[in-house]
Amino acid sequence: MIRSHVLICGGTGCTSGGSQAIGEKLQREIDRLGLTDEIKIVRTGCFGLCANGPVMIVYPEGTFYSHVKVEDVTDIAEEHLLKGRVVERLVYKEAEGLKLEDVPALGETNFYKTQLRVALRNCGVIDPENIEEYIAMDGYQALGKVLTEMTPQEVIDVMKKSGLRGRGGAGFPTGTKWQFAAANTADQKYVVCNADEGDPGAFMDRSVLEGDPHAVLEAMAIAGYAIGASKGYIYVRAEYPIAVHRLEVAIGQAREYGLLGEDIFGTGFNFDIDVRLGAGAFVCGEETALLTSIEGNRGEPRNKPPFPANKGLFAKPTIINNVETLANIPQIILKGADWFASMGTEDSRGTKVFALGGAINNTGLVEIPLGTTLRHIIYDIGGGIPNGRKFKAVQTGGPSGGCIPASLLDTPIDYGNLTRIGAMMGSGGMIVTDDSTCMVDFARFFLDFTVDESCGKCTPCRIGTRRLLELLNKITEGNGTLEDLDKLEELCKYIKANSLCALGQTAPNPVLSTLKYFRDEYEAHVVEKRCPAGVCKNLMRYYIQPDVCRGCTACARKCPVGAISGKVKEPHVIDTTKCIKCGACIETCKFNAIVKK
Amino acid sequence: MDMINMKINGMDIQVPANYTILQAAEQAGIRIPTLCYLKDVNAIGACRLCVVECKGARSNPVACLQQVAEGMEVQTNTPAIRDSRKKTLELILSNHRMDCLGCVRSTNCELQTLSQEYECDPHKYQFGEELKPDIDDSAIHLIRDNSKCILCRRCVAVCKHNQHVSVIGPNQRGFKTHISSAFEVGLAETSCIHCGQCIAVCPTGALQERDDTQKVWEALADPTKHVVVGPAPSVRVQLGEEFGMPIGTNVEGKMIAALKRLGFDRVFDVDNAADVTIMEEGTEFIDRVKNGGKLPLITSCSPGWIKFCETYYPDFIENLSSCRSPQGMFGALVKTYYAEKAGIDPKDIVVVSIMPCTAKKFEASRDELTTNGMRTIDVSLTTRELAKMIRKAGIKFTELPDEVCDPFLGMASGAGHIFGATGGVMEAALRTVYEILEGKPLESLDIHAVRGTDAIKEATVHVAGMDVNVAVTSGLENASKLLDMVRSGEKNYHFIEVMACPGGCVNGGGQPHQPGYVRNFTDLRADRAAGLYGEDAAMSLRKSHENPEVQQLYKEFLEKPGSHKAHELLHTHYVKRDLYKK
Repeated sequence: MIRSHVLICGGTGCTSGGSQAIGEKLQREIDRLGLTDEIKIVRTGCFGLCANGPVMIVYPEGTFYSHVKVEDVTDIAEEHLLKGRVVERLVYKEAEGLKLEDVPALGETNFYKTQLRVALRNCGVIDPENIEEYIAMDGYQALGKVLTEMTPQEVIDVMKKSGLRGRGGAGFPTGTKWQFAAANTADQKYVVCNADEGDPGAFMDRSVLEGDPHAVLEAMAIAGYAIGASKGYIYVRAEYPIAVHRLEVAIGQAREYGLLGEDIFGTGFNFDIDVRLGAGAFVCGEETALLTSIEGNRGEPRNKPPFPANKGLFAKPTIINNVETLANIPQIILKGADWFASMGTEDSRGTKVFALGGAINNTGLVEIPLGTTLRHIIYDIGGGIPNGRKFKAVQTGGPSGGCIPASLLDTPIDYGNLTRIGAMMGSGGMIVTDDSTCMVDFARFFLDFTVDESCGKCTPCRIGTRRLLELLNKITEGNGTLEDLDKLEELCKYIKANSLCALGQTAPNPVLSTLKYFRDEYEAHVVEKRCPAGVCKNLMRYYIQPDVCRGCTACARKCPVGAISGKVKEPHVIDTTKCIKCGACIETCKFNAIVKK
Repeated sequence: MDMINMKINGMDIQVPANYTILQAAEQAGIRIPTLCYLKDVNAIGACRLCVVECKGARSNPVACLQQVAEGMEVQTNTPAIRDSRKKTLELILSNHRMDCLGCVRSTNCELQTLSQEYECDPHKYQFGEELKPDIDDSAIHLIRDNSKCILCRRCVAVCKHNQHVSVIGPNQRGFKTHISSAFEVGLAETSCIHCGQCIAVCPTGALQERDDTQKVWEALADPTKHVVVGPAPSVRVQLGEEFGMPIGTNVEGKMIAALKRLGFDRVFDVDNAADVTIMEEGTEFIDRVKNGGKLPLITSCSPGWIKFCETYYPDFIENLSSCRSPQGMFGALVKTYYAEKAGIDPKDIVVVSIMPCTAKKFEASRDELTTNGMRTIDVSLTTRELAKMIRKAGIKFTELPDEVCDPFLGMASGAGHIFGATGGVMEAALRTVYEILEGKPLESLDIHAVRGTDAIKEATVHVAGMDVNVAVTSGLENASKLLDMVRSGEKNYHFIEVMACPGGCVNGGGQPHQPGYVRNFTDLRADRAAGLYGEDAAMSLRKSHENPEVQQLYKEFLEKPGSHKAHELLHTHYVKRDLYKK
């Protein structure tokens, strides 16, 4: 009789923190203590609180341990599992010094209490490598329902009515997309799952695949039924080995249980899924490039129209849905379109998963109803900005998205609002910056990424983004002019309007949004040759404050290039033409007389 | 054909429903600029030059790919569109080595023309990195200078799709994208078949043939050398394009006059050798049919096709005619028959051929085509190279009188002329074969079933009590399809003509460049071929075996077609080639 379950996060974050070894050691300790038949370890997907990993939770009491190390395992086994005494030092506490008896249940913490988990509902709850656990959570019931009780058109109608929009970036209504593909007649149609999540700092899809792979398989089969496809592909990046492994395990189990393959549920419906690995090109997340890659060619986008719903994979009607989009679908079928549409806003129904990163306390994964404000996500769920620094901006939508300043923090997040303020929903990456970030440098960082990832097919993206980056480099190096700012802006608009695919069409967004909201920083760089955040190295000057300097000569002796001069006991000066900004003088000065300006 | 109504720049027009905006605009008298798009070759929407505004569209569609629709309203010429195009060109120029003054394509460069039209500032975006790629001059027939490449990918498309060779493609990505071969090996290391279609479609100077004109200038200036020249059939209906004359104009007389003024000691005609080819190949065909030889017999005039067969379809090597190409026969006859008649030591003779083709440069270098240990063709020039020489020599081409070739190897029949178009060799052969076997001429010498630009043309000719099935194809994509059908037994032929270049020699890799805006709205292949068929039709001498010079050649030198001597001089063998260098 199992009296206790220990759920250990097996997501990528906690795994890289050693959760695999922790789990193995815990099992050995349980065996050693003779508890083998009483305590069961379950390796789950992501809990979301990645900043506190590796994490585990012990049921039935619901004790949540964070920052667990291998050396803590014996204590957990001997104290908690054997003797029933909670290991207080490992208990997750949102506030310092909270007494053990005041620690709220996990679901009541600030991080979790306003989240609403639909796509992530099984992540951190079930063992993703055990199909029976998924089935126990109503898994494959939705597939059963559509195959036995609904016509394909009824399925599409439910999807349309739910208001679900694509979670991969563009936000196209899922039901409409299915309708287009269903309307085409062809000897073969395809359902493709886009799991080529490539935005830096984004890991929503990975977490779903690692934590609840069957939800994606079930949804693909439902989609196949709705549009009349018998074949599905999951295009997942090879850099997600855990996700790939779990998908393969899940596909094997689903086939074994007759939930994929021929004559599913005895209804005569056939559907099977293959996994295709992406080789790491960001552009392959663009749907037509993804299809081209599956077809065995260099992953490059093609012109739309024709849209994939008409002429997609191998020139057959194809729908491409993102992982998170799919993860919502079994729930929508089971609970109904009205239930789903009751969440979110008029424009954007349901919930959205965001990956919080950057200058924020609770780096991790959150799922919230759409319409929640940025402020609530960053300050309440995310726990605010660390090290007492000030919030400066949040970048949503990854490198294709835009930068949102503090003045717009009360904007409710939905597709329309984010686009209106010059950002975008994107796939759900959310990178927070504090006042130590230079916004020109920040835009340059994202552009550096897109320039590197441009496929090189169309002129605006191949050469245009490169020239944009060079202009930004020029500005951060202190050589920019006001004319360059105009050039920057007109080039951005040109690239947006003329690029072949969404990669190019959105690449200028970080530049345009920072120009819009932080133009003063750009102007400081080009007019005053100053980086207000003190980040751009070429624009920093080392300066000895004469009223503080005692003339001890220590800095002059330390300076490797002889840039500091001055008489003993008199204030010294730095020759900025010689200074290489190595910082040795600042470290040497005992009186804090040297500052960077 | 369903028609739709739409507006372009406010004008109401009616166009076929399957038109693109580009075609619709052309019909409305509006030229939308293009760079990457090329009809029948490349339609990928990569350069973004042909963007237009379309009412209600989320972004600017590209005219080359966007199909028209009922009620569509398109603007091709707004300030924003003109500005976009200008920026696209300026960005391309920012990573383009602009040595326009010395560039082989200057004044005939699509990028240059458009940059002028759009009043580009070539230096506007030239503040950043400019790639400095290595020049690939490894191949015998072409030079790739990627510093002038604009990544339109026409060359990639023609190589992959039209020619089924696919030895080039984009490598690296983003700004570093460039066209080269797998693993960055030189083109010479690949199974390139030297057809030069990549050069013919290149809008800039990134691709050009290896220039061999200097060798010719040197030979002409050397008093100890006897320099003999012979132009191929198709050259005479193309050379005029280099001097601004309409496509398909036959300039045979001016071409001969120009060659004489360049100082060649003898001006012969490869069309004469084409007639000899018919004698040999026709005889070979009759022999194979009568004596149970390997069928179908497949023509061997096109060296690009030969290398393709040797590399990609080696199981068809035995089907290839053992006849050397007309160029090969021409060189061999000049250095034996003519040398003997003129009393000149063949070592002192320099044979120059003027070809529509870059693969002829490769063919000229083949060891299988030597005679008595000598190269039979010393220099093989393209039509473009000849034009370059004529310009450099200050010859006012369009004002030249018409002149005729020198005797011995200078007279040709209409059958020899039509070699330059797809189907021409087959038609010429049938005229002679039929007459030899039946003892009477064909009812009509015009065999229309094998003419035209269809991918695969078929005909059945009843001759000598049997139905002879023939097929004609050009372009190696089509040839592959045809050979696959023969291989599978789906099709059964006795005689097949294959030309490597789509449309045959008139669309060869060495022919004058025509810009996209011409090629996209005309059929170059048909227009140029019309010049050849027109010349043939106007002649009274239309059958190879009736060519008196050819008759004289056999009488005085070769004895008869297929003789031992003919085999020694005019026939060859082929080698199986590996796809990859080992």
